[in-house]
Amino acid sequence: MAARLLRGILKELRSLSPGPGGIYRESAAYKYITEQFRKNQVTSEKLCRAQQELYHQASTYRCLLQSVRQHQALHQEYHGKRERPTGEVAQLVGLKLPQQPGGKGWEK
Amino acid sequence: MLARFWARAPAVLRPGLGCQVMGRMTEWRRRYPATERKKFYQDVSISQGEGGAFEINLDRKKLKTPQGKLFTVPSEVLAIAVATEWESQRDTLQFFTMHLTTLCNTALDNPTQRTKEQLIRAALKYLDTDTVCYRVEEPPGLVELQRNEWDPVIEWIENRYNVVIGSSTSILGPNIPKESKETFEQHLSSYNSWALVGLEYIIHQLKSVVLSLNLIDRNLNVEKAVLLSRLEEQYQIECWGNVEWAHDYDLHELRSRTAAGTLFVHLCSESSTVKHKLLQD
Repeated sequence: MAARLLRGILKELRSLSPGPGGIYRESAAYKYITEQFRKNQVTSEKLCRAQQELYHQASTYRCLLQSVRQHQALHQEYHGKRERPTGEVAQLVGLKLPQQPGGKGWEK
Repeated sequence: MLARFWARAPAVLRPGLGCQVMGRMTEWRRRYPATERKKFYQDVSISQGEGGAFEINLDRKKLKTPQGKLFTVPSEVLAIAVATEWESQRDTLQFFTMHLTTLCNTALDNPTQRTKEQLIRAALKYLDTDTVCYRVEEPPGLVELQRNEWDPVIEWIENRYNVVIGSSTSILGPNIPKESKETFEQHLSSYNSWALVGLEYIIHQLKSVVLSLNLIDRNLNVEKAVLLSRLEEQYQIECWGNVEWAHDYDLHELRSRTAAGTLFVHLCSESSTVKHKLLQD
Protein backbone atom coordinates (compact mmCIF):
# COMPACT_ATOMS: atom_id res chain seq x y z
CA MET A 1 0.00 0.00 0.00
CA ALA A 2 2.87 2.34 0.78
CA ALA A 3 4.47 1.38 -2.52
CA ARG A 4 1.29 2.27 -4.38
CA LEU A 5 1.17 5.63 -2.61
CA LEU A 6 4.80 6.36 -3.47
CA ARG A 7 4.19 5.41 -7.10
CA GLY A 8 1.16 7.70 -7.17
CA ILE A 9 3.12 10.68 -5.88
CA LEU A 10 6.02 10.08 -8.25
CA LYS A 11 3.62 9.76 -11.17
CA GLU A 12 2.13 13.15 -10.30
CA LEU A 13 5.57 14.70 -9.95
CA ARG A 14 6.58 13.29 -13.31
CA SER A 15 3.54 14.82 -14.99
CA LEU A 16 4.44 18.18 -13.41
CA SER A 17 8.01 18.39 -14.59
CA PRO A 18 8.38 20.31 -17.84
CA GLY A 19 11.50 18.62 -19.19
CA PRO A 20 11.99 15.27 -20.88
CA GLY A 21 12.50 11.92 -19.24
CA GLY A 22 14.53 11.69 -16.10
CA ILE A 23 14.85 15.37 -15.18
CA TYR A 24 12.14 15.11 -12.56
CA ARG A 25 14.45 12.78 -10.63
CA GLU A 26 16.78 15.70 -10.01
CA SER A 27 14.09 17.77 -8.33
CA ALA A 28 14.24 18.40 -4.60
CA ALA A 29 10.74 17.03 -4.10
CA TYR A 30 11.57 13.67 -5.70
CA LYS A 31 14.72 13.28 -3.66
CA TYR A 32 13.04 14.21 -0.41
CA ILE A 33 10.05 11.90 -0.89
CA THR A 34 12.07 8.86 -1.92
CA GLU A 35 14.42 9.45 0.99
CA GLN A 36 11.53 9.65 3.46
CA PHE A 37 9.95 6.45 2.21
CA ARG A 38 13.27 4.64 2.32
CA LYS A 39 14.03 5.87 5.85
CA ASN A 40 10.69 4.73 7.21
CA GLN A 41 10.84 1.26 5.77
CA VAL A 42 13.33 -0.01 8.26
CA THR A 43 11.53 -0.17 11.55
CA SER A 44 11.09 -3.01 13.94
CA GLU A 45 7.81 -1.72 15.34
CA LYS A 46 4.60 -2.91 13.76
CA LEU A 47 2.60 0.18 14.68
CA CYS A 48 5.10 2.91 14.14
CA ARG A 49 3.56 6.30 14.81
CA ALA A 50 6.08 8.09 12.62
CA GLN A 51 5.22 5.69 9.81
CA GLN A 52 1.51 6.44 10.16
CA GLU A 53 2.23 10.16 10.19
CA LEU A 54 4.36 9.87 7.07
CA TYR A 55 1.68 7.81 5.36
CA HIS A 56 -0.98 10.41 6.13
CA GLN A 57 1.28 13.25 5.00
CA ALA A 58 2.21 11.43 1.78
CA SER A 59 -1.42 10.64 1.08
CA THR A 60 -2.29 14.30 1.66
CA TYR A 61 0.43 15.43 -0.74
CA ARG A 62 -0.70 13.00 -3.41
CA CYS A 63 -4.27 14.27 -3.00
CA LEU A 64 -2.97 17.83 -3.37
CA LEU A 65 -1.05 17.10 -6.58
CA GLN A 66 -3.88 15.05 -8.11
CA SER A 67 -6.66 17.48 -7.26
CA VAL A 68 -4.68 20.54 -8.43
CA ARG A 69 -4.04 18.81 -11.74
CA GLN A 70 -7.69 17.81 -12.17
CA HIS A 71 -8.95 21.23 -11.07
CA GLN A 72 -6.63 22.89 -13.57
CA ALA A 73 -7.81 20.56 -16.34
CA LEU A 74 -11.45 21.30 -15.59
CA HIS A 75 -10.71 25.03 -15.40
CA GLN A 76 -9.02 24.88 -18.78
CA GLU A 77 -11.91 22.92 -20.23
CA TYR A 78 -14.81 24.99 -18.92
CA HIS A 79 -13.38 28.35 -17.90
CA GLY A 80 -10.51 28.73 -20.31
CA LYS A 81 -10.59 31.21 -23.16
CA ARG A 82 -11.82 29.09 -25.98
CA GLU A 83 -14.51 29.54 -28.58
CA ARG A 84 -17.30 27.04 -28.25
CA PRO A 85 -19.95 26.47 -30.90
CA THR A 86 -23.50 27.33 -29.81
CA GLY A 87 -24.55 23.69 -29.83
CA GLU A 88 -21.86 22.75 -27.32
CA VAL A 89 -22.71 25.63 -25.02
CA ALA A 90 -26.36 24.57 -24.98
CA GLN A 91 -25.34 21.01 -24.26
CA LEU A 92 -23.43 22.14 -21.17
CA VAL A 93 -26.69 23.04 -19.47
CA GLY A 94 -28.55 20.10 -20.94
CA LEU A 95 -30.36 21.84 -23.78
CA LYS A 96 -30.39 21.21 -27.51
CA LEU A 97 -30.63 23.72 -30.31
CA PRO A 98 -34.05 23.76 -31.97
CA GLN A 99 -34.47 22.04 -35.31
CA GLN A 100 -36.36 23.95 -37.95
CA PRO A 101 -37.41 21.66 -40.79
CA GLY A 102 -37.85 24.45 -43.30
CA GLY A 103 -34.45 25.93 -42.47
CA LYS A 104 -33.97 29.32 -40.89
CA GLY A 105 -35.58 32.21 -42.72
CA TRP A 106 -32.37 33.89 -43.81
CA GLU A 107 -30.66 30.72 -45.01
CA LYS A 108 -30.62 30.10 -48.76
CA MET B 1 13.37 39.19 -20.92
CA LEU B 2 11.43 41.68 -18.88
CA ALA B 3 12.21 44.46 -21.35
CA ARG B 4 9.60 43.09 -23.77
CA PHE B 5 7.13 42.89 -20.89
CA TRP B 6 7.68 46.51 -19.91
CA ALA B 7 7.77 47.72 -23.50
CA ARG B 8 4.14 46.70 -23.87
CA ALA B 9 3.07 48.45 -20.67
CA PRO B 10 1.92 52.06 -21.03
CA ALA B 11 4.60 54.56 -20.07
CA VAL B 12 2.77 55.86 -17.02
CA LEU B 13 3.02 52.44 -15.40
CA ARG B 14 6.71 51.88 -15.92
CA PRO B 15 8.43 52.62 -12.62
CA GLY B 16 11.48 54.82 -12.61
CA LEU B 17 15.09 53.71 -12.63
CA GLY B 18 16.71 52.62 -9.43
CA CYS B 19 14.02 50.17 -8.38
CA GLN B 20 15.07 46.63 -7.82
CA VAL B 21 13.74 44.07 -10.25
CA MET B 22 11.58 42.36 -7.63
CA GLY B 23 10.38 45.79 -6.49
CA ARG B 24 9.02 46.47 -9.99
CA MET B 25 7.38 43.09 -10.06
CA THR B 26 5.54 43.59 -6.80
CA GLU B 27 4.62 47.16 -7.77
CA TRP B 28 3.04 45.80 -10.94
CA ARG B 29 1.35 43.05 -8.95
CA ARG B 30 -0.14 45.49 -6.48
CA ARG B 31 -1.71 47.58 -9.23
CA TYR B 32 -2.70 44.67 -11.45
CA PRO B 33 -3.19 41.53 -9.35
CA ALA B 34 -3.80 39.44 -12.42
CA THR B 35 -4.71 35.81 -12.03
CA GLU B 36 -2.50 34.86 -14.97
CA ARG B 37 0.95 36.16 -15.80
CA LYS B 38 3.70 34.88 -18.03
CA LYS B 39 6.32 32.64 -16.50
CA PHE B 40 9.41 34.79 -16.15
CA TYR B 41 11.92 32.31 -14.77
CA GLN B 42 13.59 29.04 -15.74
CA ASP B 43 14.94 27.54 -12.53
CA VAL B 44 13.56 27.33 -9.04
CA SER B 45 15.84 26.65 -6.10
CA ILE B 46 15.82 26.84 -2.34
CA SER B 47 18.37 28.50 -0.12
CA GLN B 48 18.71 28.96 3.59
CA GLY B 49 18.90 32.55 4.74
CA GLU B 50 19.98 34.11 7.99
CA GLY B 51 18.11 32.86 11.02
CA GLY B 52 17.68 29.42 9.47
CA ALA B 53 14.57 30.27 7.45
CA PHE B 54 14.31 28.98 3.89
CA GLU B 55 13.89 31.18 0.81
CA ILE B 56 12.75 30.47 -2.74
CA ASN B 57 14.85 31.66 -5.66
CA LEU B 58 13.36 32.11 -9.12
CA ASP B 59 16.45 32.12 -11.35
CA ARG B 60 18.59 34.54 -9.34
CA LYS B 61 15.80 36.60 -7.83
CA LYS B 62 14.37 35.95 -4.40
CA LEU B 63 10.65 35.40 -4.16
CA LYS B 64 8.74 38.07 -2.26
CA THR B 65 5.23 38.23 -0.81
CA PRO B 66 2.52 40.44 -2.35
CA GLN B 67 3.34 43.11 0.23
CA GLY B 68 7.00 43.06 -0.73
CA LYS B 69 8.45 41.16 2.22
CA LEU B 70 11.06 38.46 1.65
CA PHE B 71 9.32 35.09 1.30
CA THR B 72 10.67 32.84 4.04
CA VAL B 73 9.34 29.61 5.49
CA PRO B 74 10.44 27.91 8.71
CA SER B 75 10.45 24.37 7.32
CA GLU B 76 12.63 22.97 4.53
CA VAL B 77 9.95 20.49 3.44
CA LEU B 78 7.45 23.32 3.07
CA ALA B 79 10.02 25.22 1.01
CA ILE B 80 10.44 22.18 -1.26
CA ALA B 81 6.68 21.91 -1.72
CA VAL B 82 6.36 25.63 -2.54
CA ALA B 83 9.28 25.36 -4.97
CA THR B 84 7.55 22.41 -6.65
CA GLU B 85 4.42 24.57 -7.11
CA TRP B 86 6.46 27.26 -8.85
CA GLU B 87 8.39 24.69 -10.87
CA SER B 88 5.22 23.09 -12.17
CA GLN B 89 3.96 26.29 -13.79
CA ARG B 90 4.04 26.32 -17.59
CA ASP B 91 3.76 29.37 -19.86
CA THR B 92 1.48 31.32 -17.57
CA LEU B 93 1.50 31.47 -13.78
CA GLN B 94 -1.79 30.17 -12.48
CA PHE B 95 -1.92 31.56 -8.97
CA PHE B 96 -5.25 29.95 -8.18
CA THR B 97 -3.51 26.56 -8.18
CA MET B 98 -0.65 27.61 -5.90
CA HIS B 99 -2.35 27.03 -2.59
CA LEU B 100 0.72 26.53 -0.42
CA THR B 101 2.27 29.75 -1.73
CA THR B 102 -0.96 31.60 -0.95
CA LEU B 103 -1.03 30.23 2.58
CA CYS B 104 2.59 31.22 3.19
CA ASN B 105 1.89 34.71 1.85
CA THR B 106 -1.09 35.05 4.20
CA ALA B 107 0.96 33.90 7.17
CA LEU B 108 3.83 36.27 6.32
CA ASP B 109 1.83 39.37 5.37
CA ASN B 110 -1.14 38.95 7.70
CA PRO B 111 -3.17 41.27 5.45
CA THR B 112 -6.19 41.30 7.75
CA GLN B 113 -3.90 42.08 10.70
CA ARG B 114 -5.31 39.43 12.99
CA THR B 115 -3.79 38.39 16.28
CA LYS B 116 -3.59 34.76 17.37
CA GLU B 117 -6.64 35.18 19.63
CA GLN B 118 -8.68 36.65 16.78
CA LEU B 119 -7.69 33.74 14.55
CA ILE B 120 -8.78 31.21 17.17
CA ARG B 121 -12.07 33.04 17.70
CA ALA B 122 -12.72 33.13 13.95
CA ALA B 123 -11.95 29.41 13.67
CA LEU B 124 -14.17 28.39 16.58
CA LYS B 125 -17.07 30.50 15.35
CA TYR B 126 -17.74 27.70 12.88
CA LEU B 127 -18.43 25.35 15.79
CA ASP B 128 -21.86 26.84 16.41
CA THR B 129 -22.87 26.14 12.82
CA ASP B 130 -20.77 23.04 12.29
CA THR B 131 -21.83 21.10 9.20
CA VAL B 132 -21.82 17.70 10.86
CA CYS B 133 -24.00 18.92 13.70
CA TYR B 134 -26.77 20.22 11.47
CA ARG B 135 -29.14 17.37 10.66
CA VAL B 136 -32.10 17.23 8.30
CA GLU B 137 -35.37 15.55 9.13
CA GLU B 138 -36.15 14.30 5.65
CA PRO B 139 -35.64 12.50 3.19
CA PRO B 140 -35.06 9.40 5.31
CA GLY B 141 -32.18 8.24 3.13
CA LEU B 142 -30.24 11.40 3.87
CA VAL B 143 -31.15 11.31 7.57
CA GLU B 144 -29.70 7.82 7.86
CA LEU B 145 -26.64 8.72 5.79
CA GLN B 146 -25.90 11.69 8.03
CA ARG B 147 -26.35 9.56 11.13
CA ASN B 148 -24.08 6.78 9.88
CA GLU B 149 -21.36 8.98 8.52
CA TRP B 150 -21.33 11.98 10.84
CA ASP B 151 -22.03 10.42 14.25
CA PRO B 152 -18.72 8.50 14.36
CA VAL B 153 -16.61 11.60 13.66
CA ILE B 154 -18.41 13.61 16.34
CA GLU B 155 -17.98 10.77 18.79
CA TRP B 156 -14.28 10.53 17.99
CA ILE B 157 -13.76 14.20 18.76
CA GLU B 158 -15.87 14.00 21.91
CA ASN B 159 -13.77 11.12 23.20
CA ARG B 160 -10.46 12.58 22.20
CA TYR B 161 -10.97 16.02 23.69
CA ASN B 162 -13.38 15.01 26.43
CA VAL B 163 -16.07 17.44 25.29
CA VAL B 164 -19.77 17.38 24.51
CA ILE B 165 -20.90 18.47 21.07
CA GLY B 166 -23.92 16.49 19.92
CA SER B 167 -26.08 17.25 16.91
CA SER B 168 -29.40 18.92 16.27
CA THR B 169 -32.24 19.14 13.77
CA SER B 170 -33.28 22.59 14.94
CA ILE B 171 -32.56 25.64 12.83
CA LEU B 172 -30.58 27.15 15.69
CA GLY B 173 -28.08 24.36 15.52
CA PRO B 174 -26.38 22.41 18.28
CA ASN B 175 -26.12 23.75 21.80
CA ILE B 176 -22.41 23.55 22.53
CA PRO B 177 -21.57 24.00 26.20
CA LYS B 178 -19.09 26.68 27.20
CA GLU B 179 -16.64 24.11 28.63
CA SER B 180 -16.30 22.44 25.24
CA LYS B 181 -15.53 25.75 23.58
CA GLU B 182 -12.95 26.53 26.24
CA THR B 183 -11.30 23.15 25.74
CA PHE B 184 -11.02 23.79 22.02
CA GLU B 185 -9.73 27.29 22.60
CA GLN B 186 -7.03 25.94 24.85
CA HIS B 187 -6.12 23.24 22.35
CA LEU B 188 -5.93 25.69 19.45
CA SER B 189 -3.71 28.09 21.35
CA SER B 190 -1.08 25.36 21.51
CA TYR B 191 -0.57 25.80 17.76
CA ASN B 192 1.78 28.50 16.49
CA SER B 193 0.39 31.35 14.41
CA TRP B 194 1.41 29.82 11.06
CA ALA B 195 -0.32 26.53 11.83
CA LEU B 196 -3.37 28.48 12.98
CA VAL B 197 -3.57 30.26 9.61
CA GLY B 198 -3.67 26.83 7.98
CA LEU B 199 -6.18 25.45 10.46
CA GLU B 200 -8.57 28.39 10.07
CA TYR B 201 -8.28 27.95 6.30
CA ILE B 202 -9.27 24.28 6.49
CA ILE B 203 -12.17 25.02 8.82
CA HIS B 204 -13.36 27.72 6.43
CA GLN B 205 -13.16 25.34 3.45
CA LEU B 206 -14.84 22.36 5.12
CA LYS B 207 -17.29 24.56 7.07
CA SER B 208 -16.74 22.30 10.06
CA VAL B 209 -14.48 22.34 13.09
CA VAL B 210 -15.19 18.68 13.85
CA LEU B 211 -14.11 17.48 10.41
CA SER B 212 -11.03 19.70 10.42
CA LEU B 213 -9.85 18.36 13.77
CA ASN B 214 -10.50 14.81 12.62
CA LEU B 215 -8.36 15.56 9.59
CA ILE B 216 -5.54 17.27 11.48
CA ASP B 217 -5.44 14.49 14.06
CA ARG B 218 -5.18 12.01 11.18
CA ASN B 219 -8.44 10.18 11.87
CA LEU B 220 -9.60 11.02 8.33
CA ASN B 221 -7.75 11.52 5.09
CA VAL B 222 -8.45 14.51 2.84
CA GLU B 223 -10.73 12.69 0.39
CA LYS B 224 -12.90 11.33 3.19
CA ALA B 225 -13.08 14.65 5.04
CA VAL B 226 -14.15 16.43 1.83
CA LEU B 227 -16.71 13.72 1.14
CA LEU B 228 -18.21 14.12 4.60
CA SER B 229 -18.25 17.88 4.21
CA ARG B 230 -20.17 17.55 0.94
CA LEU B 231 -22.35 14.68 2.12
CA GLU B 232 -25.69 16.19 1.21
CA GLU B 233 -24.41 17.38 -2.15
CA GLN B 234 -23.09 13.87 -2.82
CA TYR B 235 -26.48 12.42 -1.92
CA GLN B 236 -28.23 14.77 -4.35
CA ILE B 237 -25.67 13.96 -7.07
CA GLU B 238 -26.46 10.28 -6.69
CA CYS B 239 -30.18 11.04 -6.99
CA TRP B 240 -30.12 13.57 -9.77
CA GLY B 241 -26.83 13.14 -11.59
CA ASN B 242 -23.43 14.79 -11.69
CA VAL B 243 -22.63 18.02 -13.53
CA GLU B 244 -18.94 17.96 -14.34
CA TRP B 245 -18.39 21.66 -14.78
CA ALA B 246 -19.94 22.45 -11.39
CA HIS B 247 -19.73 19.41 -9.09
CA ASP B 248 -16.39 18.01 -10.15
CA TYR B 249 -14.88 21.47 -10.41
CA ASP B 250 -15.94 22.30 -6.85
CA LEU B 251 -14.88 18.89 -5.58
CA HIS B 252 -11.36 19.12 -6.93
CA GLU B 253 -11.00 22.72 -5.82
CA LEU B 254 -12.13 21.83 -2.30
CA ARG B 255 -9.83 18.82 -2.19
CA SER B 256 -6.82 20.80 -3.34
CA ARG B 257 -7.42 23.61 -0.84
CA THR B 258 -8.05 21.21 2.05
CA ALA B 259 -5.00 19.12 1.19
CA ALA B 260 -2.84 22.24 1.00
CA GLY B 261 -4.16 23.48 4.34
CA THR B 262 -3.56 20.12 6.03
CA LEU B 263 -0.04 19.86 4.71
CA PHE B 264 0.60 23.44 5.77
CA VAL B 265 -0.56 22.81 9.33
CA HIS B 266 1.47 19.63 9.69
CA LEU B 267 4.64 21.12 8.21
CA CYS B 268 4.41 24.25 10.32
CA SER B 269 3.82 22.49 13.59
CA GLU B 270 6.11 19.48 13.41
CA SER B 271 9.68 19.42 14.51
CA SER B 272 11.27 16.41 12.96
CA THR B 273 13.93 14.80 15.05
CA VAL B 274 15.84 11.87 13.74
CA LYS B 275 16.14 9.12 16.28
CA HIS B 276 18.41 6.34 15.24
CA LYS B 277 17.53 3.01 16.75
CA LEU B 278 20.49 0.92 17.62
CA LEU B 279 20.34 -2.36 15.77
CA GLN B 280 20.51 -5.23 18.21
CA ASP B 281 22.87 -7.81 16.83
